[in-house]
Amino acid sequence: MKTYLLATAAVFGTAFGAMAEGELNLFNWGNYTSPELLEKFTEQTGITVTVTDYDSNTTALTKVEAGASGFDLVVPSANYIPVYVRKGLLTELDHSRIPNITNIAPEWKDVPWDPMRAHSVPWQWGSVGIAVNTKVYSGDPNTSELFLDPPEELVGKINIVPEMNDVLNMAIFNAGGEACTEDLTILKTVRDRLMAAKPKWLSMDYGTTDKLSSGDYAASVNWNGSTMRARINNPDVVYGYPKEGYPLFMDSVALLADAKNVDEAYQFINFILEPENAAMISSFARYANGVAGSEEFMPEDMKTAPEIVTPAEFAAAGKFLPTCDQSAVDLYTAIWTELLK
Amino acid sequence: MSQRRRQRTKGANGWLLSTPALILLVFAASGPLLIVAIYSVLEKGDYSGVRWILSGDGWFRVLFERDIFDQTVSLADANLSIFWRSVKLSVATTLITFALGLPTAWFIATRPAKVRAFWLFLITIPFWTNLLIRTFAIMEVVRNEGILNTALMNIGLISEPIQIMYTDTAVLIGMAYVYLPLMVLPLYAAIDRFDFRLIEAGYDLYASRWQVLRSVILPIIKPGIIAGSILVFIPSLGAYVTPRLLGGGKNMMIGNFIELQFGQGQNWPLGAALSTVLLLIVLVSLVVYTRVSSRDNPHG
Amino acid sequence: MAKQRAFDVTTLPGFTFIAILSFVLLYAPIATLVIYSFNGGNSVNQWGGFSLQWYVVAFNNEAVQDAAARSLIIAVWASVISTVLATMAALGTTRRGKFKGQTVIYIILNQPLMVPEIVTAVALLIFFSSVKVVTGYTGLGYLILAHSAFCIPFAYLPIKARLEGMDTAMETAAADLYATPWQTFRYVTLPLLLPGVIAGAMLAFIISLDNVIITEFVKSAGQDTLPTYMLGQLRRALTPEVNAISTALLALTVLILIVFVFVTKKRE
Repeated sequence: MKTYLLATAAVFGTAFGAMAEGELNLFNWGNYTSPELLEKFTEQTGITVTVTDYDSNTTALTKVEAGASGFDLVVPSANYIPVYVRKGLLTELDHSRIPNITNIAPEWKDVPWDPMRAHSVPWQWGSVGIAVNTKVYSGDPNTSELFLDPPEELVGKINIVPEMNDVLNMAIFNAGGEACTEDLTILKTVRDRLMAAKPKWLSMDYGTTDKLSSGDYAASVNWNGSTMRARINNPDVVYGYPKEGYPLFMDSVALLADAKNVDEAYQFINFILEPENAAMISSFARYANGVAGSEEFMPEDMKTAPEIVTPAEFAAAGKFLPTCDQSAVDLYTAIWTELLK
Repeated sequence: MSQRRRQRTKGANGWLLSTPALILLVFAASGPLLIVAIYSVLEKGDYSGVRWILSGDGWFRVLFERDIFDQTVSLADANLSIFWRSVKLSVATTLITFALGLPTAWFIATRPAKVRAFWLFLITIPFWTNLLIRTFAIMEVVRNEGILNTALMNIGLISEPIQIMYTDTAVLIGMAYVYLPLMVLPLYAAIDRFDFRLIEAGYDLYASRWQVLRSVILPIIKPGIIAGSILVFIPSLGAYVTPRLLGGGKNMMIGNFIELQFGQGQNWPLGAALSTVLLLIVLVSLVVYTRVSSRDNPHG
Repeated sequence: MAKQRAFDVTTLPGFTFIAILSFVLLYAPIATLVIYSFNGGNSVNQWGGFSLQWYVVAFNNEAVQDAAARSLIIAVWASVISTVLATMAALGTTRRGKFKGQTVIYIILNQPLMVPEIVTAVALLIFFSSVKVVTGYTGLGYLILAHSAFCIPFAYLPIKARLEGMDTAMETAAADLYATPWQTFRYVTLPLLLPGVIAGAMLAFIISLDNVIITEFVKSAGQDTLPTYMLGQLRRALTPEVNAISTALLALTVLILIVFVFVTKKRE
C-alpha cells in the first residue's frame, strides 16, 4: 500500500511540477497552430502553451460564452469578432504592451470588424473554395455548383466543412445574394438547394487536409491553405475558386475577458507579430498572414502556390463576410441546423 | 446474545454510511438532470445559453417545426426521423448482437470448467477496452482504404472500394461490434445456471434441436436475453462516439443531435428537451424490463 | 458423462461456428490495430516493416504526455474517492434486512449505469459551467468529481458482492471481545473485504481511464485526457501514432484485468 501511495505521489508531483512555469491556453482551430512556433515560444519565454482545438466558430463561441472556459486566447474569424465584443467576452488590447503591433501590414491595421485593431491581431487569412481530386473529376473546379449539384463523378464522394457562414454564404453568392442577406426568396432557394444536395454528399466533417490527401474525400468545400497542404501530399488535388462568389476570411487572435494568464498572452501576441514567427505560422498551415515583412521568411513554394496567389480572373469574386444582424444569424442557424440533422 | 451486539454495531441508521456516496451522486449525476429539465422550459439565448424566461419553445420544437419562410407549423419530420433512425439502428444492433451473442455465450458456458475462465476472459477484454479504441479498430476495417476493401480488391471481388464509411451501415457495424460483449455476458450468466438435464429430457421426448432451443432453452434463459438486450439497446440509443466517427457528421443519432443543439444549433432548451425525451425512453425501457423480469423470475 | 456421448446435448447446430466467428470478428480489428502500431511506414494500413517509431513519436509528443498524465491523475483520484464512498455505501446497505428508502438508495447508487452518458454529459456541462462562473475555479476538480460519481456503481458492485458472501461471525466475535466498531472494521471487516475493495477500485480505474463523452463535455481549457485527445485525432488524421497510444492503453487494461482476475480468484 505504501509503495502505491508513493507511486501516486510521483504521478501527482510530475504533473503539477510541469505547470510551475508560466502557461498559456490557446483555443484555436484544429490543425492550425505550428508546433515549431510553440516550441520556439517556449524556448524564448519559458511559457508552456496548451492548444485546444475547435472545429467551427460557433463551437468556439459557445464554449467561451458558457463561461470560465479557462482559455486565454481565441482565434475567431472576422465576422465573429464583433459578436465576441458585443457579448463582452474580449479584453481591449493595450497596444503599449505589444511593441510589434506596428508590424501589422497596412491593409490589416484598421479593419471594419475591429476598428483600429482594438481587440485582435491577425493570425492568418485565406479563402473558402472547393478542393477537387482531378483523378476523380476532371471538369472545371471553379464553381460552387460542384457541391450544390454535384456532378455524377462526385456524388457520394464530396465533403462539406461544417462551418455555417462559409457554406451558407457560398450558396447565397451562388443564388445571386449578398452576404448577410435576409431576402427570403434567396434564402429559400439556398435552403432548398442545400437540402436537395445533402444526400449527394459523403460527409460534413473537418479533417479535410488528411482525408483529401489520402483519397477518402474526392472533393470538399475547403479552405485554401488546407488544400495546399493536401496538394503537397497528393498532386491530384486542385483548388477551385467558385466564380459565383466565395468567402474570404481572416482569423484574428483575441484576448478573452476572463483570461488568467494575461502577461503570457501579451507576450504571445507580440511574439506572433514578429515577421519571422508569422512566417512560421504560415509555413505550417499554408495561409497568408497579415504581418509586413514576413514574405522574406516564407517558404518558396507558397510564393507561387495556386491556392495562395489568387488568379486575377477570380480575385473579384472573393468577398469578406461582414457580421450579420441577430435576425439574420437566427435565420442562418435555423437553415444550418435543418441541414445538419 | 451475539445477535444483540450485532444489532448495536449495525444499528437502524447503518445506511447513513452511504450518504457520502449519495451526496456525490446527487451533486454530480442525478441533480444536474433536474437542471436539464428546467433548461428545457426556458427561452433560448442568442448564440448559446438560456434566458431565464419561461418558454415552451424547446418542447414545441421537439415535435413540431415552424417553417423558416412561411411560418407554417408542421410535424418535425427531421427530428422524428432522427429518433426513428436511432431506434431502428439500436434495435438492429440488439438483434445482430443477439444472433452472434447467443451462440458465443452458449459456447463459453459449455466449455469444460478449466478452460471456461479463459474464454470468459477473452470476452471480458473487449468489454473493458476503451470504446474509442474499439471504434477506431472498426474504422480501420470499413474505410475505403481499410482492411475489408483492400482484401476484397486483392481477391478481385471488387475493383473500386465500396463506400461503407459514413453510412448507416458503418454506424450499425460499429455499434454491433462495440456492444457485442454487453450481450454475451448476461447471456452467459443465464446459460451458466442452466440445467442441461432439461435438454436431455427434451430430446428424450423426441423434440428436434430447433424445438429444444425454442421451447426449452430460450424460455429459461429469457431473463438473460432481456438483460442483454437492455444493456445493448440503452447505450446504442444514446450512442455518441460511434455515430460521430463512423457517420461523418451527416448520419446523426439522438446523441449527436442533442450535442448539435449545444454547439452549432445554439438552442440549449431544445437540447435539454431532447435529453429529457431520451431519458424518458430509457426509463420506460427499464421499467418494462423490471416488470418483465420480475414476472418471469419471482425469486430473482 | 454427457461429454463422452456421441450425441452431446450441449451442442447446437452452428453455434460453435458462430461463436468462433464472433471471437474472430471481435479480435481481428483489435489485432490489426495492435500490429499496425508497430508499422515502420506512415500508413495505418500499409505495412512498412517492424518498428517502434510510433511509440517513440507518441511518447515524445508533449500533448500525449500531458493527456496521459491527466488521465492517470483523474483515474487515481476518481478510483480512490469512488472506492472509499462505495465501500461505505456497501457497508451501510448490505447484510441487513430491508429498510426504508432502500430502493431509492439503490436507484441513486446505480443511476450512472442507467442514464445515457450523453444526457449526464449535457447536464454536467450546464451545471458545471454555472459553477465555474460563480466560483472562478476551472481546475481538474470538476472532472475528478464527475468521474468519481459515475465510477461509484462500478466500485460498489464487487464490494457488495464480496460483503454478501462474508460471514458476520468474525465481526460478532470481535465485538464480543470488546473491540470498538472501528477496531472491528479495521482489523476484521476490512482485511476480509479487501479483495472486493481492490476489485472495485480497479474497475473504477478502468472506467475512469476510458471515459470519453462526459470528459469531452466537462473539460476546461487544456484538459484533454488521453481518450478526448484521441477523439480529436480520430476526427482528423489517422497515423499509426494513434495505434500506438491505443495499444498502450489496451495493454494497461489487460494488465489490470489479469490482476483483477487474480485478486477475485483468491477468495474462492
